[in-house]
Amino acid sequence: MLLLAIILVPTLGAALTYAVPRRAGRSALLMLGAAVHLLLVIRLWTTAGETALGGWLAEDPLGLIVLSLVSVLFLVTAQYAVGHLRTASARDQRIFPSCLFAFLAAASLVSVSHHLALLWVGMEATTLSVAPLIYDRHDRRSLEAVWKYLVLSSVGIALALLAVFLLATAQPSVAGQRPLVLDDLVAGAAALDPRWLRAAFVFAIVGFGTKMGLAPLHTWKPDTYGEAPSLVGGLMAGGLTSCAFLGLARFTQVLIAAGLATFVRPLLIAFGLFSLLVAAAFIIGQADVKRLLAYSSVEHMGLLALGMGLGGLGAYGAVLHVLNNGLVKVLLFLVVGNLVLATGSSAAADIRGMLRARPVSSVVLLVGLLAVSGSPPFGPFLSEFAIVSGAIREDHPWVAAFALLMLSLIFVGIARMILDMVLGNGTSSPALAEVPSREATWTVAGPMTLACIVLLLGLYVPRPLRENLARAAATLGGYAP
Amino acid sequence: MDMRSVAELFLLLVVLTDFAVLGTSRLSACIRAIALQGFLLGSLPLLVEGAWSTHAAALGLGTIAVKAILLPSFLRWAIREASVRREVEPLVGYMASLLLGALALGVAFAIASRLPQIGDTALLVPVALMTLIIGLVVLITRAKAVSQVVGYLMLENGIYLFGLTQTRRVPFLLEAGVLLDVFVAVFVMGIVVFHINREFDSISATNLAELRER
Repeated sequence: MLLLAIILVPTLGAALTYAVPRRAGRSALLMLGAAVHLLLVIRLWTTAGETALGGWLAEDPLGLIVLSLVSVLFLVTAQYAVGHLRTASARDQRIFPSCLFAFLAAASLVSVSHHLALLWVGMEATTLSVAPLIYDRHDRRSLEAVWKYLVLSSVGIALALLAVFLLATAQPSVAGQRPLVLDDLVAGAAALDPRWLRAAFVFAIVGFGTKMGLAPLHTWKPDTYGEAPSLVGGLMAGGLTSCAFLGLARFTQVLIAAGLATFVRPLLIAFGLFSLLVAAAFIIGQADVKRLLAYSSVEHMGLLALGMGLGGLGAYGAVLHVLNNGLVKVLLFLVVGNLVLATGSSAAADIRGMLRARPVSSVVLLVGLLAVSGSPPFGPFLSEFAIVSGAIREDHPWVAAFALLMLSLIFVGIARMILDMVLGNGTSSPALAEVPSREATWTVAGPMTLACIVLLLGLYVPRPLRENLARAAATLGGYAP
Repeated sequence: MDMRSVAELFLLLVVLTDFAVLGTSRLSACIRAIALQGFLLGSLPLLVEGAWSTHAAALGLGTIAVKAILLPSFLRWAIREASVRREVEPLVGYMASLLLGALALGVAFAIASRLPQIGDTALLVPVALMTLIIGLVVLITRAKAVSQVVGYLMLENGIYLFGLTQTRRVPFLLEAGVLLDVFVAVFVMGIVVFHINREFDSISATNLAELRER
């Protein structure tokens, strides 16, 4: 029941927000729906082994982590969206909150699906639900962004469907084994046909990799994140990509259980390292701050693939990094969105010395810079450290060295741009520098909350979470430190 | 003729519709070919199963409704409202496209012959692969946004054909979900095509080249 409620509450929210005629009513509904969803997810932490629909929906450690992340991010984003809807002249104020809810429903479905075809249905629904959100500005540039996004992700997700069918082909018809149900696939892994499994994984990594934005399948990402409203960019970079990672992790879990780890690992590591390389190449010399964040997202998706590919401690790092990356991405997108709104441009050259004009956003942005680049004492430090030391322990010293080199190049690239934005001399809009304005609470409350969570996760991982992370990592052939 | 030979005949007709999309110069003919392909796809579940079952009938009817009737009419509406010029405007010539199609046919059979046979007819997997590859070719080599939607539909059709080998194992509810997703995807794409036309006075996707690294 609980699992169904977690999907039905946002579905109902999507229908109701579309029907309610007044903006105040829609805003109240958005907050209410987000809060109820989070409460339900917290309730799910206290139960164990919840299932529904005959095992098609089930609670498990990794799914619970992604679900909790999406729920927290949604509450923060919803609170920001309420303010966004009040100030920005979004032309269609009904579609925006309704699509946000639709996204939450689809992402929840992905997180709790143990039937892989059902997971695919949810994944495709997340893709479609955010398309109208990207087109929020209704101009040529956002039109181009949404078209590229739709075509590339639709092809990617179609290939993921082929992967699901190939996996079904690999599973022999045995009485008592439900087709495509994760638990039965893993339990009967020894009987799966390795030829079809390998083909399935290749299509899964291309399909879900496109949705994650692993290089070289990331090309829609900078355009989409660059043009979408910042809160949508944050929700995609933090939430949608995590769902896609979960899809890929399900396939990885099945193949590892079937004894094909030696086939899976090099592929994941190669995609991970290439993503780091591409991210570094495009972050250095990047001129647009939202595109910079998009490449940073490519980098962190690369880290996730790398960690999962390494297994061992790396897999634990990857699972923990899902949380840290999601929280930091939304933080960054929201504060950068504040600065872009203030200056009216996302070109880094137009945003300079914002510390005086937007002090709170600027300070939170500096915190975000430290966190995203993996500096202690923030959460990503722990997860990135686990991934890199995983590489050394699994006897891949060159992988560790290459990853560290790319991470430091990326740090230099991001730091240079963000330090200029916050502390740089001069500003292109002198009017901003003259009047130190009080920032509206709704613009900074969410990012500040996220900054606190990221700091806490860096200092102390609570025990229930740690145990959950260890169990999730174990399904991917990993262990906790 | 038994059910299996009819199924194989229908699969050969699917190959012909693939080539029709590659070779035709008129958008309306492209859409007609994709509608016919949708109809063939909808008839296949019953033929492949070889026996009457509610499951196969419901899947077939749903597929025909979405892929042979709803989506083609919607695409026709989009090009009429957008008053698009009727030619396909390929970036690669028609002859070259057809040659690519023949190549796809060869590749598909070569791959399929290396795979263990699944399903009742040996034609199903190669035709599925070929339709998938030609869908990708159309997606890449056609300038117009509507043609790209047709390419995406063919790609989906190829995957659907592959899925037919598994119909008995995937419950109907999920197939309905998949069909609904494809329908909404094409619907959203169609709406974007409509907006592209309004903004640019043309639905050529080559206009969409403003966003890039500078």
